[in-house]
Amino acid sequence: MFPVVYKRQLSESVFEMGVEAPAIAHKAKAGQFLMLRVDENGERIPLTFSDWSAEEGWIRFIFMRVGKTTHKLSHLEVGDSLADVVGPLGVPTHVEDLGRVAVVGGGVGAAVAYPVARAMAAAGNEVTVILGARNEELLILEDEFKALSLKELIVCTDDGSAGRKDLVTAPLKELCAAGALDHAMAIGPVIMMKFCSATTKEYSVPTTVSLNPIMVDGTGMCGACRVSIDGETKFGCVDGPDFDGHAVDFEELMSRQRVYVDDERLADAEYSRECRCHT
Amino acid sequence: MSHIEAPDPKPRHRPSRGPRTEMPARPAEERARDFDEVNLGYSEEQAIAEAERCLQCKNATCIEGCPVNIDIKSFIGHIINREYAEGVAVLKERNALPAVCGRVCPQEEQCEASCVLGKKGEPVAIGRLERWLGDFDLACDLEGRCKPEVGEDTGFKVAVVGSGPAGLACAGELRRFGHAVTVFESLHALGGVLTYGIPEFRLPKSIVQAEIEMLAIMGVEFVKDIVVGATYTVDELMTEQGYDAVFVGNGAGLPVFLGIPGENLNGVYSANEFLTRVNLMKGYEFPKADTPVWRGRKVAVIGGGNVAMDAARTAKRLGAEEVFLVYRRSEEEMPARREEVHHAREEGIEFKMLCSPSEVVGKDGWATGLVTTRMELGEPDDSGRRAPVCVMDSEFTIDCDTVIVAVGTRANPLLPKTTPDLELTSRGYIVANDHGATSKPGVFAGGDIVTGSATVILAMGAGKRSAQAIDRWLAGTSR
Ligand SMILES: Cc1cc2nc3c(=O)[nH]c(=O)nc-3n(C[C@H](O)[C@H](O)[C@H](O)COP(=O)(O)OP(=O)(O)OC[C@H]3O[C@@H](n4cnc5c(N)ncnc54)[C@H](O)[C@@H]3O)c2cc1C
Ligand SMILES: Cc1cc2nc3c(=O)[nH]c(=O)nc-3n(C[C@H](O)[C@H](O)[C@H](O)COP(=O)(O)OP(=O)(O)OC[C@H]3O[C@@H](n4cnc5c(N)ncnc54)[C@H](O)[C@@H]3O)c2cc1C
Ligand code: SF4
Ligand code: SF4
Ligand code: FES
Repeated sequence: MFPVVYKRQLSESVFEMGVEAPAIAHKAKAGQFLMLRVDENGERIPLTFSDWSAEEGWIRFIFMRVGKTTHKLSHLEVGDSLADVVGPLGVPTHVEDLGRVAVVGGGVGAAVAYPVARAMAAAGNEVTVILGARNEELLILEDEFKALSLKELIVCTDDGSAGRKDLVTAPLKELCAAGALDHAMAIGPVIMMKFCSATTKEYSVPTTVSLNPIMVDGTGMCGACRVSIDGETKFGCVDGPDFDGHAVDFEELMSRQRVYVDDERLADAEYSRECRCHT
Repeated sequence: MSHIEAPDPKPRHRPSRGPRTEMPARPAEERARDFDEVNLGYSEEQAIAEAERCLQCKNATCIEGCPVNIDIKSFIGHIINREYAEGVAVLKERNALPAVCGRVCPQEEQCEASCVLGKKGEPVAIGRLERWLGDFDLACDLEGRCKPEVGEDTGFKVAVVGSGPAGLACAGELRRFGHAVTVFESLHALGGVLTYGIPEFRLPKSIVQAEIEMLAIMGVEFVKDIVVGATYTVDELMTEQGYDAVFVGNGAGLPVFLGIPGENLNGVYSANEFLTRVNLMKGYEFPKADTPVWRGRKVAVIGGGNVAMDAARTAKRLGAEEVFLVYRRSEEEMPARREEVHHAREEGIEFKMLCSPSEVVGKDGWATGLVTTRMELGEPDDSGRRAPVCVMDSEFTIDCDTVIVAVGTRANPLLPKTTPDLELTSRGYIVANDHGATSKPGVFAGGDIVTGSATVILAMGAGKRSAQAIDRWLAGTSR
């Protein structure tokens, strides 16, 4: 059992949670993820580390409530326990001094972008962070990003309730056009990563994306997570989750993410009815 | 010295000439709708009747046919004499999981293939008798169960990676020598393929659990949710964690795909994913259990081994109207156990033999059909099997909404990647000698990760031999 030692609500549907897991905390690196199961009948879901402390033996992750598992997870409080936590999984983000780097975090992807931006800055890169959200309410971790030594933090919202009223691709394009970028990292909804990659491709700026295919085991055993990279099938969990954004078949990924939409809606609706917590 | 032989204390055994005793099974229409066990097992009378067919040969050739050389003649002799506990003890001498092997060994190629009765008629049903004794043991209360003796504490600590048959057999044997043993398992459940692969209707999970509990009683420590190579490396186990030796029994679980167009369409599964969703994650109980599994109406399963049979029969049980088994060669060449082929047919699985898939076609991202080409058998290839060759212009499409690829698995590179001094074959399997010793001192390996996908009994045999080698190796080291 893995006790919950920290919980914080970041927005209406986004939570940060800390769990005691010393062996995992000892090994975690930016860009890696864990698989967790809330309880005995639970599904295994992947979540990226947002933070960890090897000394204190905890790991943290930030998740958005989208379905039954994240819904159940959001009900846990400090003192409760998770049935299973496994990790660290996946290849860590390749961190080196690449020069001028843009890190784009969209929606809950900001959580994944945070340790990446931190590691990139620590490696000596000149880091610009572009944070995107639908509106101010959904914008997360702005203060944490501000506390990093960044070149610039650009905030975009769809409705202009915070920062620029723009999609993240607009400032990304400006940076590319100004010749001010050596590398881009895009982390967020698939559609955002797709358009970011299309934007940087025009200017031949190498781009890394962090893919989130549906997973079962997270260790290379099932192939549920397969993605097409330059026409070749790769397993997201062991070959990724980071891939060259210019080589990813995003359409296929979006299609594959939809396999269980109806089932999942059913499961969550049933769960919501039982727990009667809210809608 | 007297030359007078002691009189045989037991009445002389007179073999019966009866036919091989059939094992009762549930009717196909009934069993194909649920996940309960298909075979019902012998009754005591049936077990005795079958045991009495055994000739108790002077030269019991059957023993050679068993990969771990179980003293078959002796355990059957004990059944004849109604000495069941003694029979169990004979089995356990060589095989930690008789109730499992009795169910899943390919007996027709192993022990039963070497039984003299098979030369003229039908061999003794050794597997069914083993199963019966294994079940007899499991049905006893803890006091009555056969509990292997645990050796005196040696002070050595051994780590076992993986809780499949290789790891379990190794762990049990190490306890008999008195070494402390910790089994590290990456999943949240123990048993390896016995738990996530082979379905409940063929091997009830309660049996696997009961055998694992016995190992726990013997003092084996089990730790789940640890991926060796990620959470700890093999080196860290031996340095930071203080293990004196490591046995790697992590199986060969990486699914192979065919590399044909359309394989990433929705509705296309590896058998591993499909079986894991159903067996390990209890997908058949969705939404009570949280993990969904796509329930196809028309399912094409590609392959001819046990894995393909299990996937096909599982799809049927999830409610598929039609399930096709698509195999490149002919039925005789199918590597699956005969009994599974027979049961699959009874349950209405449609065999499409000599068909080679070339493409999955789809619409709006979902599979709608499997394009296949007819094959005919040509000259025998290296393996002695007649190689299938394409029949010109014979392409046809099988309508289906689900395709399950069951054409084999490979070694998972996760552990070797972080253990640089572990020698691998060109295909990524760990190089180990007959005793499981690898290129890395103190590290042993066995089971599918050394041989490639094989059988439960071979994995267990390798685990046990490795434990013996580890014991010898530890004796030569100083603490
Ligand atoms: C490597 C990796 C890292 C991830 N890191 C994070 C993270 O740090 N924070 C976070 O909030 N989420 C992350 N995700 C996504 C997260 O795993 C899913 O949101 C979660 O599995 C949903 O589970 P659920 O049961 O609550 O929802 P479900 O009922 O399973 O799904 C609800 C909805 O979410 C969609 N969905 C399901 N799985 C995924 C997925 N893998 N990616 C995108 N959409 C999905 C479904 O199609 C459905 O519409 C990550 C995914 C991967 C593969
Ligand atoms: C569907 C199916 C049906 C089969 N039917 C039969 C049959 O009828 N008869 C028969 O004899 N054989 C059958 N087999 C083959 C047989 O199951 C295998 O040969 C046998 O299980 C191999 O045992 P193993 O211990 O080497 O590996 P596995 O059983 O694969 O066990 C390996 C274990 O190690 C764990 N692991 C992997 N990597 C790590 C890691 N890095 N850290 C920690 N743990 C790890 C895995 O999760 C797993 O639990 C079947 C196989 C399948 C898939
Ligand atoms: S272990 Fe398998 S091969 Fe050996 S005797 Fe038993 S059923 Fe036969
Ligand atoms: S070979 Fe057959 S008949 Fe002879 S001892 Fe073995 S099982 Fe019995
Ligand atoms: S999640 Fe199973 S192989 Fe990647």
